[in-house]
Amino acid sequence: MPFNFPLQPPRASSFADQHDALFYTLCILTLLFTTIVGFGVIFFTIKYRKGSPADRSRPIYEDLRLELSWTIIPLILGLFIFYWGASLFVTMRVPPKDAQEIYVIGKQWMWHVQHPNGVRENNTLHVPVGKPVKLIMISQDVIHAFYIPAFRVQMHVVPGRYTTLWFNATQPGKYHLFCSMYCGTQHSEMGGTVVAMPAKEYAEWIANGGQSTTPMTMEQSGQKLFTSLACNNCHGAKDTVKGPSLYSIYNTRRRMSNGELVLADDAYLRESILRPHNQLSAGYGQEMPEYQGQLTEEDVIKLVAYMKVLGLPTAAVPTSGTDRGSAVTTGARNSMTPLSSNAIQFQQQGENPTDATPTSRKGNLSVNAIAAQQEEAGQ
Amino acid sequence: MISQPAPAASETNYINEFGGLKSWLLTGDHKRIAILYLISVTFFFFLGSVAAAMIRWELTAPAGVVLESDTYNKVFSSHGVIMVFTFLVVAIPSVFGNFFLPIMIGARDMAFPRLNLLSWYLYMAGGILILAGMINGGVDGGWTFYTPYSSMYSNSNVTLVLTGVFIIGFSSITTGINFIVTTHKMRAPGMTWFRLPLFVWAHYATAVVIILGTPVVAITLLLVVFERAFKLPIFNPELGGDPVLFQHLFWFYSHPAVYIMILPAFGIISELIANFARKRVFGYHFIAFSTLAIAGLGFLVWGHHMFISSQSMYQGIVFSLISFLVAVPSAIKVFNWTATLYKANIRLQSPMLYALGFIGLFTVGGLTGLFLGSMGTDVHLTATYFVVAHFHYVMVGGTMTAFLGGLHYWWPKMTGRLYAEGLAKANAIIVFLGFNLTFFPQFIVGWLGMPRRYHYYYLAPEYQVYNIMSTLGSGFLGIGFLLPAFYLSKSLMNGRKASANPWGAHGLEWEIPSPPPSTNFLQIPIVLDEVYDFDPVTEYEQDRAQQAIEHAHEHPGMMDSHDETASKLEEGGH
Amino acid sequence: MAAIAHDTHEDHGALHHQFENIEQQNDSYIVGMWTFLVTEVMFFGALFLIYTLYRSMYQMDWYLAHEELDVKLGAFNTIVLLISSFTVAVAVRSAQRKERGLVLANIGITIACAFIFLIVKAFEYSAKFEHHLYPGPTFGAVPEHLNGANANYAQLFYGLYFGMTGLHALHIIVGIIVLSALFNLWWRKCDSVMKDYIPTELVGLYWHFVDLVWIFLFPLMYLMPKPH
Repeated sequence: MPFNFPLQPPRASSFADQHDALFYTLCILTLLFTTIVGFGVIFFTIKYRKGSPADRSRPIYEDLRLELSWTIIPLILGLFIFYWGASLFVTMRVPPKDAQEIYVIGKQWMWHVQHPNGVRENNTLHVPVGKPVKLIMISQDVIHAFYIPAFRVQMHVVPGRYTTLWFNATQPGKYHLFCSMYCGTQHSEMGGTVVAMPAKEYAEWIANGGQSTTPMTMEQSGQKLFTSLACNNCHGAKDTVKGPSLYSIYNTRRRMSNGELVLADDAYLRESILRPHNQLSAGYGQEMPEYQGQLTEEDVIKLVAYMKVLGLPTAAVPTSGTDRGSAVTTGARNSMTPLSSNAIQFQQQGENPTDATPTSRKGNLSVNAIAAQQEEAGQ
Repeated sequence: MISQPAPAASETNYINEFGGLKSWLLTGDHKRIAILYLISVTFFFFLGSVAAAMIRWELTAPAGVVLESDTYNKVFSSHGVIMVFTFLVVAIPSVFGNFFLPIMIGARDMAFPRLNLLSWYLYMAGGILILAGMINGGVDGGWTFYTPYSSMYSNSNVTLVLTGVFIIGFSSITTGINFIVTTHKMRAPGMTWFRLPLFVWAHYATAVVIILGTPVVAITLLLVVFERAFKLPIFNPELGGDPVLFQHLFWFYSHPAVYIMILPAFGIISELIANFARKRVFGYHFIAFSTLAIAGLGFLVWGHHMFISSQSMYQGIVFSLISFLVAVPSAIKVFNWTATLYKANIRLQSPMLYALGFIGLFTVGGLTGLFLGSMGTDVHLTATYFVVAHFHYVMVGGTMTAFLGGLHYWWPKMTGRLYAEGLAKANAIIVFLGFNLTFFPQFIVGWLGMPRRYHYYYLAPEYQVYNIMSTLGSGFLGIGFLLPAFYLSKSLMNGRKASANPWGAHGLEWEIPSPPPSTNFLQIPIVLDEVYDFDPVTEYEQDRAQQAIEHAHEHPGMMDSHDETASKLEEGGH
Repeated sequence: MAAIAHDTHEDHGALHHQFENIEQQNDSYIVGMWTFLVTEVMFFGALFLIYTLYRSMYQMDWYLAHEELDVKLGAFNTIVLLISSFTVAVAVRSAQRKERGLVLANIGITIACAFIFLIVKAFEYSAKFEHHLYPGPTFGAVPEHLNGANANYAQLFYGLYFGMTGLHALHIIVGIIVLSALFNLWWRKCDSVMKDYIPTELVGLYWHFVDLVWIFLFPLMYLMPKPH
């Protein structure tokens, strides 16, 4: 349980300074008038409490000048705030002509982002620092809302029409992205991260097809390899006919097909990748291909590193050192309540989420949408 | 005033005159109907509070505590639906408005007693349908039911609940019709508009808002029901319908609805301030006219709920401008109430504590509304906990506090019993402190970016500390709402009998017995005096005299069955 | 303005206990009914607003879709309702003059007109159902009857057509019930109507409102000009 007391959100866009100036002015006005009224009430209540020896002769029941002054002064202050707020809003509404466009599609319950050169990402938005970015957004189902508190921008995402929002990120870092319009069961999980990167890094990232050149941890690299080599096709969360589960395998004792009990240490894992037929687990044949000659030792080290943490509670998953902002949670998980697969996926991603598509798409659709799908499928 | 002959306290009154359940369920007496409403709104309030407690409990941990998301979503939606439609819109007008509007204007009853009874049955029917929706599995979508989620996607009991809300709308409308006709046509001789208590002005303006606004939301919600039940396409974007149109129609009522909730509260506060400061409210005319201004301007600002909805920037600018205009009349009232205290004779009995608490809490609530009316800041703050804090400050810190103040003030009149004043004073303080601890942290966490209607916030665990503070506060606030249930019930059972005017207040309701007789007045009064006809210097002298007596007799100070004025006159007070 | 001591109730109906005199009572009922009619204006008004918005967005498609409506039947219904408004006005005047025969005759004609209106409406509706012009999954199954309009926007038109005329028809039905109850009271020579014209006047007010709504609905639905 973090006991920090943040009192303001990060200021990470060109709007933030202007917004906060207005916000704090309003805070001061609120404090001022609350104090005036509060002081008035308390002072009068004490001075004119029943039986107190204050002068009550010639009481006032109306006073036009007083009424007019406390009508006109708040009115002028109000109009001033209105004007300031409206101008800020107009600035926020009208994007510069050279703003880079990024497309956002909201649907129950995820954000799908498409960069102009085709790079796609889910629940994450990479943007360059110092350049205006315009999001063109639409919803596939219900009304959602795209909200980046650190940038002070928020806009509804509506089915049937495009809405836009623009910003100019000023600070590299990772910031919260929320859906802020109630949209169903997983409304509060439909969020992610906005990653603001220096323009050069962003350009590299885009050119790289959406891969960051900042170093990943061994475990993260191993995870990528695990997926790209399709190890997960046979090695899932549970034992199947295709292959045993590798969850929490490290340092456990495993039964081999010849009856022996063997410790699954680093050497064992390495051998199982390169020459699996030399040590078959009980109940399995020679279905697994051998990777000897196809993987470098570095690759093997990465895979072994990943297998050492695969299946463990996520607090054990380390993230890389360039962690700016606390956008990715690693430890706040209460094991009692089941999280959506979105949430589990989200937590396992660490620095560079590639595809946050839920593992069980069906489980994340509203019942209506599922029904529609089934109808289409002719059921 | 030509006052009534003062009967002894044990005479027939509206409670004991006709016995039996049927006489209550078929009554036309506005006072009995008010009591029926009091029982029902109290029930719904506690139901809504249970939902609130569940919300606060869940939010102590970033990934929830015991509820599934679907359940949580239904809980917060129920909290909103119950509190808005079955409590806030109804409570003050249908309990205190019904009971006291006719008496305050010197009438025997409302213009249409049977319509009044119908309004309670409509309320119960609608409330039962809403309850049925809850029991049948709940409803989600928030109390705002935005389309197309509510019309096409939600698989919860939207139709059932919205039908219930629709029926309650007609309960509201019939009450509004009664208030308007009664105020226009049934004032006693000499009761001119500017001799009316500000409570009456407030309820009249509220009634105007009700009859103009409620039908619009009624048809809008009906259309959502038709879209779900009969596939009638109105807001369906796939067919070219406009889901944002729903928002315009919904907020066209729901913004004035918040004035339906607060204007009657303003009416109560005027009564409390005047009668416990023993001084005519400062700027009576300004308060009366500002009430009408709020009712009128309140219909022109609905788009400030929609700045980021994709409505045009120009629409937004107009709505924002008028929103700042509508803030001014409320400010006028707050300043006027404060100025009333100048050269007054203030007694801090429990209803007054609630009234003073209201002034503080409503000021904060109203001023934080400016953050949201200002478009630039609204972009960041809308749909966050900042909004939740803002409206709870005005709804709970405002309306609910005024409700409690009125309940305590008029309890002796309605029931003929006194309650434990010491406990009540303590309770007012508990409510004030508990309220602030609950909702002030929500301003902060909203400013930080925590969206509303969120079950989980594990994406941002830094919000937890404020949520825990808020939940802690809600515990205290809950105590503050539960305690009156106990000491007021106790008062019903064995409280001391109240005289006609235990507070020494001014107003026609204090000139008739406690509880009042069924027909209110033996003969219709002829009104000759101005309202809140106190003279501070005379009041001061009476207070000093009374203090001298108390000092001599060592009385504890709470009124017993003797009228305050009478006792002073007896003892040679002034 | 205290209650007059000797009120023989000869020239007016019973004075309810909450009122001081008959003028106050009559005034209150009239003001109450007008207030209620204001709420009805707001109720229908929201629908007119929706109609205005969608018609301005989809002018051509709505024009094409509306051609399916039978102007002659709509005009006939308009005349029927206008006649019924006239007869209910005569009934109110007759009630004030305590002419029971005329009251009964005119209320009877009013009710008859209302039934004729509903029967014509039923014909129109059944034609629409036959041609699959009712919003829902089978909408537009007979494309000729869309007259070239975009099916989605036409569905919106028909949604509002059925919604608005349906709500209006519901008000006609309520009117028939209330008029029949009034007829019954006059038939049985009840004091509540024989001595007090107010109930008749209140029903008349309601009926005029229902007619007025149709006067707006008819041109909006049936008489659309062709957009340029």
